[in-house]
Amino acid sequence: MSGTTELSFIRRYVFSTDHKVIGRQFLFTALAFFTLGGTLAMLMRTQLAWPWQEIPVLGKLLYGNTGNILAPEAYPALVTMHGTIMIFFFIIPILSGALGNFLIPLMIGARDMAFPRLNLLSYWVMVPAFLVMLAGFFVATGTAAAGWTSYVPLSALPDMIPGSETGQTLWVISLMLVGTSSLMGAINYITTIVMLRAPGMDMFRLPMTIWALFVTAILVTFATPVLTAALILLLLERSIGTLFFTVGAGGQAILWQHLFWFYSHPAVYIMILPAMGIASDVISTFSRKPLFGYKPMVYAIMAIAGLGFIVWGHHMFISGMNPLLGMTFMTSTMMIALPSAIKTFNWLGTLWRGDLHLTAPMLNALAFVSTFVIGGLSGVYTAATPVDIFLHDTYWIVGHIHYVLFGGSVFGVFAAVQYWFPKMFGRMMNDGWGKIHFALTFVSFNLVFLPMFILGAYGMPRRIADPYQYDMFAPLQGLNQFMTISLYVLALTQVFFFVNVFYSLVRGKAAPSNPWQANTLEWTVSSPPPHENFHKVPTVYRGPYEYSSPLVAEDWLPQDRFVDGARPPAVPESPYPAASPASD
Amino acid sequence: MGGLVPGISTIAAPIDRLFTVVLIVTGVAFVLVEGILITFLVKYRHRKDRRATFIHGNRTVEATWTIVPGLMLFGLAIFQYGTWREAKIAFPDESRAQLVGVSANQFEWNATYPGADGRLGTPDDLAAPINLLHFPVGVPVIIELQSTDVIHSFFIPVLRVKQDAVPGRPVRVWFEATQSGQHELACAELCGLGHYRMRGQVTLEDPAAFEAWLGELAARQAGG
Repeated sequence: MSGTTELSFIRRYVFSTDHKVIGRQFLFTALAFFTLGGTLAMLMRTQLAWPWQEIPVLGKLLYGNTGNILAPEAYPALVTMHGTIMIFFFIIPILSGALGNFLIPLMIGARDMAFPRLNLLSYWVMVPAFLVMLAGFFVATGTAAAGWTSYVPLSALPDMIPGSETGQTLWVISLMLVGTSSLMGAINYITTIVMLRAPGMDMFRLPMTIWALFVTAILVTFATPVLTAALILLLLERSIGTLFFTVGAGGQAILWQHLFWFYSHPAVYIMILPAMGIASDVISTFSRKPLFGYKPMVYAIMAIAGLGFIVWGHHMFISGMNPLLGMTFMTSTMMIALPSAIKTFNWLGTLWRGDLHLTAPMLNALAFVSTFVIGGLSGVYTAATPVDIFLHDTYWIVGHIHYVLFGGSVFGVFAAVQYWFPKMFGRMMNDGWGKIHFALTFVSFNLVFLPMFILGAYGMPRRIADPYQYDMFAPLQGLNQFMTISLYVLALTQVFFFVNVFYSLVRGKAAPSNPWQANTLEWTVSSPPPHENFHKVPTVYRGPYEYSSPLVAEDWLPQDRFVDGARPPAVPESPYPAASPASD
Repeated sequence: MGGLVPGISTIAAPIDRLFTVVLIVTGVAFVLVEGILITFLVKYRHRKDRRATFIHGNRTVEATWTIVPGLMLFGLAIFQYGTWREAKIAFPDESRAQLVGVSANQFEWNATYPGADGRLGTPDDLAAPINLLHFPVGVPVIIELQSTDVIHSFFIPVLRVKQDAVPGRPVRVWFEATQSGQHELACAELCGLGHYRMRGQVTLEDPAAFEAWLGELAARQAGG
C-alpha cells in the first residue's frame, strides 16, 4: 500500500498527500502571511498616528513615487488588504488548514484523511489564490481598496476608487479560489471524522479540538457557497455589466451585504471555534483535570454554529434594512452570547480545583479566555440596536473584532503551535522564551486594542485615513500615537515567537512522544509521527480528558490504555472496512 | 471609564441610558469572570503534592449558568425595543417637523430645504452651500437621505444619528436637537479615496436664526 521509501522528494514534500506535510505547508504559508498582514497594519497605524508624514524604510520601498508618503487611495487599500490577508490567508488557513490537517487523523486514530488527493488539491488551490491576491500589489492601480467587506457599488464601479479597477478583480478571483480550497478541506474533514474514527472513538469521546473543527467544517460547507455566489455576481457585474446590484435596473446594492454577511458572519465562528477547541484541550491538559461539562461544551459549539446563521443582519442595522428586522437580529445576536458564556464558565470550571501548570501554551490558552471575554462582552453593546446607532462603523467595532480575532483566535494559534510543535517537528520549543513572548504580547496587545473602545466612544469612524480633519477627533491623536507605538512593540515581540519556532526546528531539544503527559491519541505515537501515523490502529477506551483519574497512580490516562475497571469500548470492532485511506 | 461623547438630542438620553445598562451588566460579568480566573490561577497553581480533583461537571451548575444569563440576555434584547422603535420606526408627525433633503456623493454633502410650498423636490427648494447644514433646535428634523454614487453614511455623533445612504434607495432618518452649537457630520462608510475628508459643518440654532438663514438662502437663490 504505502511506498514511503520510493516517494521522490517532490511527492513527499511538495505535492504530498500526507496530511502532516500538508498541515505544515499551511502552517508556514499562513505564518508568512501573518507577517505581511502585520506589516500592513503597521503602515496603517503609522498613518493614523502621524498622517501624511514620510514613512521610514517601508515608505521609500512602497510609496517612493509619492514622496515616501501614503497617497489618499493607498490607505483604503491598506485597510482592505490587512483584513483580507489576516482573515483568509492567516487565521482560517492556520486553524483549519494547518491544525485541522495535522490533528484530525492523529487525534481520531486514522492513518490519513479520507481523501488524501483532495487534501493535496486543497493546498495547491490556495497557492494560485495567494499569487493572484499578491499580484494586486504590482498592478498600477493597486490592490482592492473597498474594504475587506467590498461593499458595492464602491467595489463594482472601477471609477469610484483606483483599487476597484484590476485590483478588485484579482481580489474576487483569489477569494473564489480560497473558497474552493476551504470547501475541499471541509468535505474531507467531515468525511474523515464521520468515517475514520478508531474503534471505540465514539463522537462523544472526541477531543474538543476535533469537535470544533468538525462543526467548523459544517459551517464552511454551508456558508462558503453563498460567498462564492456573491463573488460570481460581483465578477459579472464588473466584467460584463450585469445589474444585480444596480438599483433602478431591478438590482439592489443591499443584496451584496446580505450575501456577504451570510457567509462572513459564520466566518467569524469559522475563525473562533477551532481556537475554542484548542483552548479546551490545552486548559484541560495543563489543569491535569477533566474538561468541565464536556457535553455542554459540545452543545455550545453546535448552538454557536446554528445561531451563527441567523445573526448576519446585525452588520446591517443602519444599512436601511427594515428596522423591524433589526429587532429579530438583535434578539438572535444577544442569544448567541449565551453559548459563548457557557463555554467561558466551563473553562473556569476546569481550572477550579485543578493542578495548574503554567507553561507557555497554557498561558496563551488562558489569555484566549480572558481576552475573548472582552471580545464577547463588547459585542453586547453593538448587538443592542439603539446603542449600535452610535457605535456602528466606529473604532468600537475594530476593537471588538480584534479582541475576538487577535485576543481569541491568535492567542489560540500561539497556544496550539507551542502545544503541538513537538508532535509536528519532533523538537521542543523553548518554554522560557515562549513565556517572555506571551507576557510581552499580552501587555502590548491590550495597549493597542483596549483604547479602540475609547476612540469608539468618541465616535471616531473606522477606515478614516486622517481623523484629525475633524475638530471632534483632533484630541484623539495623542492616544492614537500611543496605540501605534504599542503596536510596534507588539510586532517586535513576535520576533521572539518566530525565532523560537525556527531555532527550535533545528536546534530544539528532541521531543519525547508525550511531552505534556496528555491523553489524546496523537501523543501515543512518536514525535513526529511515522508515515501513516499508527503502526497499529489504536483502540479507544475512554474520553480524552481523564486526568487525575483514581483508576491509575499517574495523573493522566491515555485514551487507548486499557485499565481494569475501565468501561470497555462502546464499539468493540470498527464498523468500517479499515481506518486507513483508500489508496496511495 | 465614562460613556459616549455627550449627546444633545432627544434620543441621546435613552440611548446613553441603554449604554450604561449594558456597561453595568457586562462590567459585572467582566469583573466576575476575570476575578475568578485570576483567583483560580493563584489558588490552584501547581504544587508538589497537589492532585487535581476528578470532576467532570455538575448538572445543577450547568443549568444555572445557562438559564440565568440566557434570561438576562433575552431581557436585555427586549429592553432595547422601545428606544429602537423611537429612533428608527416611529417618526414624528411630518406637519410639525422640519424636512431636509441631504444628498451624498463623493466626497460632499448637499443639503436642500423646502421652499414656500413646504415640500422637497419642487423647483422652489433652497440649496445650501456644499457641506453646510443648518438644523433648528427643539423641532423634529426629518432628513430625506440619498446617495448618487456609492454608499455613504450620515453620522453626527452628538445627535446619536447614523444612517447609511444607499444609491437608488432614499431613506428617512430623524432627530431633534436640544442645544444649539457648531458640530460636525462625518461619513461613516468607506466611500473612496476622499472618505476621510467627507466632512460636513453642522449648525444647530434656534428656530428664529434658522428661519433667517433660510431667508438668506432664498435671497441668494433669487439674486442669481
